[in-house]
Amino acid sequence: MGDVADAAGAAIPHPDSEEDDLYHPHSWLTKYVFSQDAKVIGVQYSLTAISIGMVALVLSWLMRLQLGFPGTFDFIDPPAYYQFITMHGMIMVVYLLTALFLGGFGNYLIPLMLGARDMVFPYVNMLSYWIYLLAVLVLVASFFAPGGPTGAGWTLYPPQAVLSGTPGQEWGIVLMLVSLALFIIGFTMGGLNYVVTVLQARTRGMTLMRMPLTIWGIFTATVMALLAFPALLVGAVMMLLDRLLGTSFFMPSLVEMGQQLRYGGGSPILFQHLFWFFGHPEVYIVALPAFGIVSDLIATHARRNIFGYRMMVWAIVAIGALSFVVWAHHMYVSGMHPYFGFFFATTTLIIAIPTALKLYNWLLTLWRGDIHLTVPMLFALGFIVTFVNGGLTGLFLGNVVVDVPLSDTMFVVAHFHMVMGVAPVMVIFGGLYHWYPKVTGRLLNETLGRIHFWVTFLGAYLIFFPMHYLGLLGVPRRYHDLGQTAFVPDSAHTLNAFISVVALTVGVAQLIFLFNLFWSLRHGRNAGGNPWNATTLEWQTPETPPGHGNWGAAQPVVYRWAYDYSVPGAERDFIPQNDPTAVGMTR
Amino acid sequence: MPDTAPADAQDTMMQPGGWRSLVADWSSDQRAFKSASWGKAMMWIFLLSDTFIFSCFLISYMTVRMSTVVPWPNPSEVFALEIGGTSLPLILIAIMTFVLISSSGTMAMAVNFAYRRDRVRTALLMLVTAAFGAAFVGMQAFEWTKLIHEGVRPWENPWGAPQFGSAFFMITGFHGTHVTIGVIFLLIIARKVWRGDFDQQRKGFFTSRKGRWEIVEITGLYWHFVDLVWVFIFALFYLW
Ligand code: HEM
Ligand SMILES: [Cu+2]
Repeated sequence: MGDVADAAGAAIPHPDSEEDDLYHPHSWLTKYVFSQDAKVIGVQYSLTAISIGMVALVLSWLMRLQLGFPGTFDFIDPPAYYQFITMHGMIMVVYLLTALFLGGFGNYLIPLMLGARDMVFPYVNMLSYWIYLLAVLVLVASFFAPGGPTGAGWTLYPPQAVLSGTPGQEWGIVLMLVSLALFIIGFTMGGLNYVVTVLQARTRGMTLMRMPLTIWGIFTATVMALLAFPALLVGAVMMLLDRLLGTSFFMPSLVEMGQQLRYGGGSPILFQHLFWFFGHPEVYIVALPAFGIVSDLIATHARRNIFGYRMMVWAIVAIGALSFVVWAHHMYVSGMHPYFGFFFATTTLIIAIPTALKLYNWLLTLWRGDIHLTVPMLFALGFIVTFVNGGLTGLFLGNVVVDVPLSDTMFVVAHFHMVMGVAPVMVIFGGLYHWYPKVTGRLLNETLGRIHFWVTFLGAYLIFFPMHYLGLLGVPRRYHDLGQTAFVPDSAHTLNAFISVVALTVGVAQLIFLFNLFWSLRHGRNAGGNPWNATTLEWQTPETPPGHGNWGAAQPVVYRWAYDYSVPGAERDFIPQNDPTAVGMTR
Repeated sequence: MPDTAPADAQDTMMQPGGWRSLVADWSSDQRAFKSASWGKAMMWIFLLSDTFIFSCFLISYMTVRMSTVVPWPNPSEVFALEIGGTSLPLILIAIMTFVLISSSGTMAMAVNFAYRRDRVRTALLMLVTAAFGAAFVGMQAFEWTKLIHEGVRPWENPWGAPQFGSAFFMITGFHGTHVTIGVIFLLIIARKVWRGDFDQQRKGFFTSRKGRWEIVEITGLYWHFVDLVWVFIFALFYLW
């Protein structure tokens, strides 16, 4: 198609491009294991992330067992409980969600959706995965190290993270920090690839403003990650030095067991700033890809063009930018100047504006759409509901005066699980049900999918909704055992037992999903190239699953935006992006 | 390499104004940065990320310097050298800074000759740059040894706040690592230039990508960045 006289693309001469030397694998090993193909790397990332995510899931069961039935399980003593909490939180946020959205979905979808043959630097991309795997292995190693993994909480606040009262002080914390540093190095290698591929390697006609919102979400999140992870890296390096060399970056003078420690003069608050300068953008690093993917799921399965595409793009970018100036809302109780509190509360509430705008646009997209309640659509709707829920409680916690009493209660746990636990996980499931047919050529089983959805969605609500109430009662977060507390009524204990039972049920429901993943690989319905009648490029590949180089002889040429659904006057209710027909949004 | 001009006839015909044109340019077809190749774009973005790392290090250093209650050692005394009986403050750092900035000059010349496809001069200038870089690292090693002999450790030092040593070793160490990596890259690429890899488009050993002259310029970007960062370290650590 090199000679297509396309208005948007033809004038640009084919740049002296590296595309011509796509790497061609020669052996089974370089094709499937040490593969430089972004699609294989994406699958590798996803499988690794899901596997380690299962560990975090099991840890959450153990925590729930303890919280629901305190005193029943001897092996969950307080140190073990802290270790479970810490590893659960960190794995879920970093090693599962970040890796799956950016490494998994990003690798698989970016080249395909942009009409590229691969990422710009496939070799570096491959290294990215292997370093990620190494990071995961180092993390897992901490379970087997003397003293076990660190129990410092996923926020790893010093000084306690480094002190001997904290479980995992010997090896756990060191391995955790090393693993995080490795993760960041590996991620940077991949992230640079994603960003440059989006900026510089789109196919002809694919302007930025024609990219599917999935790509916008992943792209913005990656840029954010490249700017936010440095703070965590620096924090990790400094804490490693504090722990191993006895420097005092974060360590004030301390007395431990009646002994004056050698530390002195450091600033624990400094770590909190570094951590949350990473930590808050991190929330959006997992939320923005979810926003993008959900937009595409909704448009495709409601056969409707996305409402306000440009607004959606700007909202993504605005949220990304704003999220760098709100971090200290996690530190209201650490003590800060009231003016700072005021500033951070204000910026936090301002983020609600672009976020609410996205929500309205999703609703308007659904409005009078031809909604197909397919499994991906169910998950997308589930996302909207849980995200709104979590977002609203976020407005509470963003205000200093409301946050101070609620801080470190179950209310916070409920809030962040709704907004960054359940909601992105919903999108991940939706995305997996949606794109699985492209990856494997077969659809996931629909009935199992529906069961999985309803149990997960309702279950997640039953788990986390009551936690708001517990939080308002004052039930603290990160407590191994409530013991005899005057302000916690007995009914709270019953509620805790109930939550635990549901949590275990939801956990089992995930096994249905895993079973479905494997079962459908052989027995799923044959999907064909474009089972959802979607417009975006990944569904227009000559082969399914897409072959090496994605596009056969010639890359596609793009003529329109990604949302030409139900266009009046068109033959079908969707027009693929590479279809040159004149109707629809070809501008 | 031929710089591809943004010869997009369509876009130049209907020129919207202000913000809209900015957005239109950026979001235009295929590439956001028309003349930048993939590698160059990637290096720029990496450097942006790396800027954040160095900024975090420097801001953290300034924070601990302010949070510690023990007085900070006086850099101009600590980093003074006794030469011919007189103590010259910051003399070694001044020489190091001079060497590093000179190396940026030779690097810029190397890039210039790379544009002209002058194999010999490019390679030689890159070697000179690498030599300057190595000299810098060498002097840094000397400075580290001297301070260690005087009793400076990451966790303590004879003159005041222990954070002085911590921040010093951490930041100069991190920067020195950058310089060392730069020197290694300069050597590898100088060898490739010398051998004529880029004229024959010889494939890379790991990546099996064709070698391109442009890599000299990309290495240059990195090198200038490392140099620029040093200026900030110099100002904030040694002069403050
Ligand atoms: C079946 C699903 C899940 C259950 C039952 C669950 C349960 C729990 C429990 C019981 C805690 C400890 C609360 C406390 O006492 O402080 C916790 C903490 C946490 N969870 Fe989950 N969780 C689930 C999924 C997720 C997901 C998907 C994420 C991803 C963001 C996540 C992120 C976290 C974080 C960041 C913490 C805080 C850890 C800390 O305090 O250091 N969880 N979770
Ligand atoms: Cu936040």
